[in-house]
Amino acid sequence: MALLDYLIGQRKKKSANVAKDRLQILLAHERSERNTPDYLPKMREEILAVISKYVDIDQDKLQISVDEADGFEVLELNLVLPENH
Amino acid sequence: MSRVVVVTSGKGGVGKTTTSASFSTGLALKGYKVAVIDFDVGLRNLDLIMGCERRVVYDFVNVVQGEASLQQALIKDKRVPNLYILAASQTRDKDALTLEGVEKVIEDLKEAGFDYIVCDSPAGIEKGAQLALYFADEALIVTNPEVSSVRDSDRILGILQAKSKRAENGDAPIVEHLVLTRYNPARVETGEMLSVEDVIDLLSVKLLGAIPESEDVLNASNAGSPVVLDENSAAAQAYNDVVDRFLGEEIEHRFLTVEKKGLFKKLFGK
Ligand SMILES: Nc1ncnc2c1ncn2[C@@H]1O[C@H](COP(=O)(O)OP(=O)(O)OP(=O)(O)O)[C@@H](O)[C@H]1O
Ligand SMILES: [Mg+2]
Repeated sequence: MALLDYLIGQRKKKSANVAKDRLQILLAHERSERNTPDYLPKMREEILAVISKYVDIDQDKLQISVDEADGFEVLELNLVLPENH
Repeated sequence: MSRVVVVTSGKGGVGKTTTSASFSTGLALKGYKVAVIDFDVGLRNLDLIMGCERRVVYDFVNVVQGEASLQQALIKDKRVPNLYILAASQTRDKDALTLEGVEKVIEDLKEAGFDYIVCDSPAGIEKGAQLALYFADEALIVTNPEVSSVRDSDRILGILQAKSKRAENGDAPIVEHLVLTRYNPARVETGEMLSVEDVIDLLSVKLLGAIPESEDVLNASNAGSPVVLDENSAAAQAYNDVVDRFLGEEIEHRFLTVEKKGLFKKLFGK
């Protein structure tokens, strides 16, 4: 019986392999998030405060991220202005 | 020179306290002067595993708050010379520990001539766990071969590398060692459990040792005697190897494969 289970086990993908594949993807993602600078949330707040002096904007219309492109670190600021400001 | 070693994992219940008890006992058996501190304030357990629960008068929090001296609170182990236990408080909450308070205790232990100060971390990644690892020179990352434990170990590695004193001061990083516990070679061979190689690959940490899943661990905690003292046990031998490797000896890894007899039974027996 054990022998039969063993042979059947050979055919379908081993659960440990599935676990490893999932972890590889997940850890890579979580490590990249971990490396974003921790001043971002505060800086976001301050930028929002400045912009709000001139334009009435929605808090979550401002997106800030740090990315890497062609070996440069790029600070990306994305702001959608309201219709009639 | 004293070294501070944190035993940490992120995830709860993976074997930190079991490892802290056996690792510190093993180091003391080698002749080093060792203090092992329970950082799990509110959930004291190390005293039970070390079998000194009835001798706790003062605890870590009492010392940090200046209500008792370090000498009063350190419990001398009855079996192994040079081994001392600092119990966690059972009644206070985690906020009773402060960074300055912990630093003072560790500095005093160094001054008192302790070679190794082993910090048994609470589970989680919050304040308690961060305090336990903050002053570390080396870390034992206790991991089970299982998805959530591996993920949480990776989180704690990130914290060791960013939020420890060494990281903040830009000093040489904490030396990281992987201790893979509750390892079951039979299930690895059938492809149901992550292998040591898998976990090393995923976490990129050097393996200090794999501790097999063993009934002796439960028996040892029932008796209040660290499993490393149960000489005939595979878990004890594995913990002894961990200590030897930690001290720089090169020993081949054991208990990673199923014994021949076991394999035979798996294929032909029921
Ligand atoms: N190698 C092993 N084989 C079998 N059981 C084990 C092994 N190592 C640990 N255990 C068991 O796992 C359980 C949890 O162990 P332990 O208390 O050391 O974990 P912990 O990480 O300190 O937990 P917590 O996060 O709650 O502090 C205990 O019941 C212990 O007996
Ligand atoms: Mg514990």
